[in-house]
Amino acid sequence: MADYRSMYEELGMDVELHEQFMAGFSQMYPQMILDQPNRPKSMSYFDYLYSEQHGASIKELQDHRTRGGKVVVFSCLYMPREIVRAAGGISVGPCEGAEVGVAEVENLLPRNFCPLIKSFMGFKLTKTCPYFQCSDLVVGETTCDGRKKSYEILTEFCPTYVMEVPQMKSPEDKMLWLEQVKRFKVEIESLTNRKVDEEGLARAIKLYNQSNKVLQRLGATRLANPTPISGKDALLVLLMTLMNDIPLSQSIERVSNLCDELETRAARGEGVVDPSTPRIMYTGTPTAEFKLHHLIETSGGSVVCEDACTGSRFYRELVDETQDGLEGQLMAIGEKYLKADCAHFTPNNERIENIVRLAREYDVAGVVYGVLHFCHTFAAEFYKVQKALAEIGIPTLLVETDHGQGDVGQLKTRIEAFIEMIGN
Amino acid sequence: MITGGIDVGSLTAKAVILENGKILSSSLSLTGDSSNEAAIKVMEEAIKKAGLSSGSVQYIVSTGAGKKEVALTSEQATEVMCDAKGAQLLYPQVGGVIDIGAESCRVIKCDQGNVVDFAMNDKCAAGTGIFLDAMAKALEVKPEEMGELSLKSTQDINITSMCAVFAESEVVSLIHRKADKVDILKGIHKSVATRVYGLANRIRIEGDTVVIGGIAKNVGVIAFLEEMMKRKVVVPRDPQIVGALGAAIIARERVMAK
Repeated sequence: MADYRSMYEELGMDVELHEQFMAGFSQMYPQMILDQPNRPKSMSYFDYLYSEQHGASIKELQDHRTRGGKVVVFSCLYMPREIVRAAGGISVGPCEGAEVGVAEVENLLPRNFCPLIKSFMGFKLTKTCPYFQCSDLVVGETTCDGRKKSYEILTEFCPTYVMEVPQMKSPEDKMLWLEQVKRFKVEIESLTNRKVDEEGLARAIKLYNQSNKVLQRLGATRLANPTPISGKDALLVLLMTLMNDIPLSQSIERVSNLCDELETRAARGEGVVDPSTPRIMYTGTPTAEFKLHHLIETSGGSVVCEDACTGSRFYRELVDETQDGLEGQLMAIGEKYLKADCAHFTPNNERIENIVRLAREYDVAGVVYGVLHFCHTFAAEFYKVQKALAEIGIPTLLVETDHGQGDVGQLKTRIEAFIEMIGN
Repeated sequence: MITGGIDVGSLTAKAVILENGKILSSSLSLTGDSSNEAAIKVMEEAIKKAGLSSGSVQYIVSTGAGKKEVALTSEQATEVMCDAKGAQLLYPQVGGVIDIGAESCRVIKCDQGNVVDFAMNDKCAAGTGIFLDAMAKALEVKPEEMGELSLKSTQDINITSMCAVFAESEVVSLIHRKADKVDILKGIHKSVATRVYGLANRIRIEGDTVVIGGIAKNVGVIAFLEEMMKRKVVVPRDPQIVGALGAAIIARERVMAK
């Protein structure tokens, strides 16, 4: 890996703390990811992307900025990336999913608080996330009370813009959301100093649709038993697609190559596990890290699908490409994003239906329902999900966790027992 | 056929020697700082008690929080499975197992020795032995005497804190308010039983219910559990060795399958 120290210094990062943090990661990656048996060959590109997350990827963003381009950081999938791209901007996710700067964050936020919010705030406060450091705008949304209030505080540290995502899906809510999408376009135009036009927006819509389609294709390869790719690797591909917006067309091609390999494997009946391995669905809060997938896959299970923002919710819906005119395009974008069945909606029966459909399609033996501590919406929705799954004879295991490693032993005991139970 | 089971818990290690369906011997010792050494110690002791030589144990399976550290065997089984198997051997009709150990608390719904569903505490210590130990210390009573003492209580006291640490300060303030020790003890047992009952209720265990683990010896907790569950529960004569027994049963099944 090249030396990026001077780039980090330019970005005003805490270089030493960042180094310590990266050292921990580079130790974990081989045993969590690289040492998995029967990995598809095409994964090496995504390993490369992972290794260059804080290197070449940041350099690209910086080069883009030197050319006058803007970088937008978003941490929730409601932000319409098409609009950012059509205005010549680049959108990426922030660092999150690790315990960083806990003491600093707890000066600003309550201790008993969502670990995911604490995580991205911690990265910002300790200046250890190069994505945050090279961003021109952070886009937030109103998908939970914790996030709303945190963005208010985040504005003290970096320019932050919040989109109002409605709580329900009535016609009035849809109108509100559509207005939000339009306002967002104006905001982004003033940031990039470039007008969004019909042609550019059509290109952007097409590109993200392509990206989502190829991720859908990747998801479909996991229908095979045995699955040709591990859950951890599928998650890695998704996270790398999310974090690498500039070479997106290249990513699409690479994911497509990976799918070719996986489809060939599946046709030959080859997989990464024994066909008798219990097939597991993950559902719940986003997994910006590999913790639960790793626990499941080292406890005798195999994750074959995810109902999560870091899973099918990310790529399931496409924007209608047939709309003419900016107004129509923006409407289509609004509709697509509002289809996401985040647990903050009430009622949210779509999510229950989607989970049941996924469970059937992917022929899962059990569902692991992961909840980050203090995430009331996902925690409360467990009741309905578990009930619906029980009706079709699928058991669910609820695990509450955070981004620390302190509970790994206890979680493993439970996950092992669950997989043993459904394997019998 | 003679097999062995080792259960290395967070506080105590247990071993059981099983000949076909019969327990030949068992032993128990503090785990200390080395799971492996504790496992060797309890296994040697159990072998000695059974009057056997170490070569006569055909196969061993380990379980418990320290199961992976046990060098005597390379095969481990989950605590949930071992509890279910062990309880089923002692009580063939068992439908539910409640295991309250030093740092864990789990409830298992089972049918013919197969696990149907289970629920466990997360890393929180409420409703476990460590919690009761801390309370015994605060009240200056011996942990093994807590149960009997609490039965003498005449006043109801509710301990409302869910967290073990907060509950301890709640108990300390009760002591300062000159509340009777036996009444506080009863309140503590009720809070543990409420936690466990909550877990049991979540998975709706039915049929004969067996309570195992160190806390099964506490008659105060058992009394509350029976009151809340509105039925009698069974406590084996030696409730702490049931997990190790289950491991020995699984060891026997493994040999037979080969």
